Formats: sequence, C-alpha cells, structure tokens
Amino acid sequence: MLHIVNKSPTSGSALDSALRLAGNGAVLLIEDGVYAATRGNPAEAKVRDALGRLKVYALGPDLEARGMADRITEGVTLVDYAGFVDLVVEHPNCQSWL
Amino acid sequence: MSDHKKFMFVNRKAPHGTIYALESLEVVLITAAFDQDVSLVFVDDGVYQLKRGMQTKGIETKNFSPTYRALDGYDVEKLYVERESLEARGLAEGDLLVDVEVLGRDELSALMEQQDVVLSF
Repeated sequence: MLHIVNKSPTSGSALDSALRLAGNGAVLLIEDGVYAATRGNPAEAKVRDALGRLKVYALGPDLEARGMADRITEGVTLVDYAGFVDLVVEHPNCQSWL
Repeated sequence: MSDHKKFMFVNRKAPHGTIYALESLEVVLITAAFDQDVSLVFVDDGVYQLKRGMQTKGIETKNFSPTYRALDGYDVEKLYVERESLEARGLAEGDLLVDVEVLGRDELSALMEQQDVVLSF
C-alpha cells in the first residue's frame, strides 16, 4: 500500500501513524508532509529508521515551494507529479493520512 | 484612553499547506494600516514561513514570502522568532529571508505578557 502524508511531523500524529502501520509498504510525503524528509526536522530519526524497512518518497515541487529542496534526508527518493501518478498506479491501493 | 494598542500575531503553521500564514499576513497589513503597534512572532512550524528560497511555481500558488521583506515599508519592524523552534527544525537565523530577532522562550514569554491583543494563526 502507498501511504500518503500531507501534514508536518509536529502538526499531528499522521506521520507517526503512517510509519507505524505502513509495514513494508511505501510512504509518500506531500504538501507540509515534506518537512519530514528534511535534515534536522524533529522526525528525522523516525524517518531514517523507517528507511531501513520501506521506501520513502517526497514530492519535489512541495519541497521547492518551501525552500527545502536542498536539505532532503539521504535515502528519501524525490518524485515529481508524474512520479506521484506512477506510485499510485504501481501500488494496489493507497491511503491518505489526513 | 489611547486607541493605540500593542498587537501581537503568533504564527505557528507552515506556509503552504494551509491558508493560515497568508491570512495572518493580510491581517497584519490591515492592523498596520490602522497605525497600531504590531509585532509578529514565529514559533513551532511557523518558523518555516520565513525560510529563504521558496519557489512555488511547481505547486502553482502565490509565493507570498517576499511580503515579509516588505513589512518594514508598513512600519512593521518587530519580527521575533523562537530559538527553540528554529533549532528543532535544523534551521538557523541565516536560513531566514528577513531580519528577525531570535528570542529564547523566556524572553518571548515576557514579550507576550506585554501585549494588549494577541492573535494566533
């Protein structure tokens, strides 16, 4: 399953819940969710830990909009909108953690 | 009684995922137009509002971040950022697009106590 998170790591428990329940699936960070993919953010350790068992993607245009594209955490895969669509197609289902 | 009050705007949300940051700016400009004493505070995810280098072309929204640099033209010159919030996000004063005063939580708390009106966004 593709788990989509659009909230910042400190604005609620969406990221925590998605990472906890994602198993070996994939997590895509979009909108304010992309802050979780940046170096020095409060959830960096959790995301690095998750990278050991699942794929984490972040939407490039959302990082650029926030001035954070140059500080993406190593191991997180950047995608553009076409890549977003590919991820949705590749996975049998997806869940948006609102 | 004076009609001149101290207004503080407390910004706690990241800039593009919700409308709060932009709406706060609108109200700040209105308040300044009424010749009030205005200060802006950035804490928690609000510090992300001042991150340098935003390029919003890809998400097709307005990049309102240059507005923070224009605030001094409206006599809004008191911008405060909480040090703890910056550090928790791997940011430093040099990452910000405008001159601010970085305050520790105790100094910020004292500043809040001095206000007549505090609005949180």
